[in-house]
Amino acid sequence: MRARQASSLGMTALAWCAAFAVAFPLLWALLTSFKTEMEAASFPPHFLRFAWTLENYRVVMADGDYFASLRNSLIIAGGSSALVLALAVPAAWAMAFAPTRRTRGTLLWMLSTKMLPPVGALIPVYLFYRDWGLLDSTFGVALLLAAGNLPIAVWMLFSNFKDVPAEILEAARMDGATLLQELGVVLAPMALPGLASTFFLIFTLAWNEAFWTLNLTSVDAAPLTAFIAAFSSPQGLFWARLSAASMLTIAPVLVIGWFCQRQLVRGLTFGAVK
Amino acid sequence: MTAAAISTGLGSTGSGRAYLAFRARLLVAPAVGLLLATSILPLVATLWFSVIDYRLLTPGASRFVGLENYRRLLTDAAFLPALLNSVVLIALVLTISILGGLALALLIERATLGRGALRLLVISPFFVMPPVSALLWKNLLMQPVAGFLAWIAGIFGMAPFDWFARIPLVSISIIVAWQWLPFACLILLTSLQSFDREQREAAQLDGASTIAIFRHLILPHLARPMAIVVMMETIFLLSLFAEIFVTTGGGHASSNLAFLVYSQAMLQYDVGAASAAGIVAVLFANILAFFLIRAVGRSLDA
Repeated sequence: MRARQASSLGMTALAWCAAFAVAFPLLWALLTSFKTEMEAASFPPHFLRFAWTLENYRVVMADGDYFASLRNSLIIAGGSSALVLALAVPAAWAMAFAPTRRTRGTLLWMLSTKMLPPVGALIPVYLFYRDWGLLDSTFGVALLLAAGNLPIAVWMLFSNFKDVPAEILEAARMDGATLLQELGVVLAPMALPGLASTFFLIFTLAWNEAFWTLNLTSVDAAPLTAFIAAFSSPQGLFWARLSAASMLTIAPVLVIGWFCQRQLVRGLTFGAVK
Repeated sequence: MTAAAISTGLGSTGSGRAYLAFRARLLVAPAVGLLLATSILPLVATLWFSVIDYRLLTPGASRFVGLENYRRLLTDAAFLPALLNSVVLIALVLTISILGGLALALLIERATLGRGALRLLVISPFFVMPPVSALLWKNLLMQPVAGFLAWIAGIFGMAPFDWFARIPLVSISIIVAWQWLPFACLILLTSLQSFDREQREAAQLDGASTIAIFRHLILPHLARPMAIVVMMETIFLLSLFAEIFVTTGGGHASSNLAFLVYSQAMLQYDVGAASAAGIVAVLFANILAFFLIRAVGRSLDA
C-alpha cells in the first residue's frame, strides 16, 4: 500500500513538472513583461529578483495602435461570431428537429468545406475585395471568418440540439405551445449552455485567426494579429515590450478558455468525444 | 463519427414532421449560401485564374494559356521544397503533439493533487494567438545568444544553437506542436477518464501487466479520439501561415504550400502561378482528407 502511495505521489510530482514545462513559455513571457529591456536581455537570465516595472505595459498602451487593434479584434471576432450564430442556429435547429433526406449530405458537405485550405480562395477573394472596396475593412474580414467558423458552429449546435429529447418538444406542442413558446421556453433553457460554448469557441477561433486577418487588412482594420506580427521586424525587437503586448493580446481569450476549456476542446471534436 | 452522429439524429423523424421540411430548407439555405459564396465560388475562380496568364501589374492582359502555369509551377525551384515542407510540418506536429499529449494525459490522469490546476496550466498554449506564440518562442526562448534555451544549453556545457538558421522547419514545427499538444492532451484525458475502471481492475486481477493493459485495453479505447485529433489538427495545419510569416518570412527551407501561394500572389503579383499553386494545395488537402476520412471511418467501425 505504501509503495502505491509513493508511486502516485511521484506521478503527481511528475505531472506538475510536465504541466509547468508546457506552460513555461507563457510564464516566462509574463515575467519578462515586468522587466526593463536591459533586464530582459540579461544573460544569465534573472527569475524573480529583478526590479519589477509596469513601464512596458504603459508604453504598449500609450501607442495608439494597440487600442485601435483591440477595437478591430473585438469588432471582427464579435461580429463574425454573431453572424455565425444567426446563420447556424436556424440551420442546426432545422437539421436536428426536421431532418430531410439531404440533411446528412448537407452536414458532411459543410464539414468538407473546412478541408478546403483558405489559400485556394485567397486570390479571387483578394481581387474581389479590392474591386469592391472591402480590403482592409472589418466587415470584409468578419464575413470570411464567419464562413470559416460556420461549419464548426453548425456541427456543435446540431449535436447539442440532438441531445434535447424531441418528445419534450412534442409534448409542449400537444399542450398547445406556439412555435415561439416551444423555442423560447422549452428549447432555449436546455440549449443555452451549448449556445454559449459555441459562441465562445468561434469567438476564440476568430480572435486568433491569422491567415485572413494578415492578408486582407493593412491599416484601418488591422486587428491584434497584425499588431503583434509587426513586432517581427528586426529593428522592433524589444523583448520586454513584445512580452507585455503579447500578454495584453492573449489575456481575453485565455480567460475565456480557462473558464470553458472542457466545452471548447470538446466542441472542436464536433461532439464525437463526450 | 459523422455517420453515427447523423443516423441517430435522423432517428427522431416523426411522421407528422414532413410539413416542416420546406421550412427547414429555408432555415438551412442562408448558411449553405454563405459557404457556397466563400468556398466553391472562389475555388472555381482560382481554377479559372490558374489557366490564364494574369499579372496584377499588367491588368487587362490576361489570356488563356492552358497548363502553362502548372508547368511553370512544377519546374519552379520553390515548389518541391514547399510540398515536402507541408508534409514534414504536418507529420512532425502530429507526432510531437499526440505522443506528448498522450504522455501528459496519462500523467495527469494518475495525479492525485490539483488536477484542475494542472488542466489550466496545460490548456493555456492552445488559446494563444499563432503570431504571439511564434514570436515569443523565436525571441525569448530560441534566440541563440541570450534566449532561455541557450542558457539551458550553457548549463549542460553545450554550445548555443541557432534554431532558425540551422533547422527552421523543425523550429516552426516545435512551436506549432506546442500549441496543439494541449488539445491532444485534453481530448485524450477526457477519453481516459471515461475508461471503464472495472475492466482495468478485472485485467489486473487476472495478472495483466501495466504495459499489457495499456497496449490491449487503453490504446484501442483511445483510437477513436486519436483519429479525431489527427483530423482536426490536419485541417488547421493545412492552412498554417502566421507562424512562418512572423519567424522566417518564407524561403525554400520553411515555406509550405500556403506560404508559396501567398508569396507568389502578394509578393510577385503572379496570379496565374499562384492560382495553380492554390489548386495544387487544394488537391493535396483532398488527398489527405481522403485517407484521413478512411482512417477515421475504420477506427470508428472497430
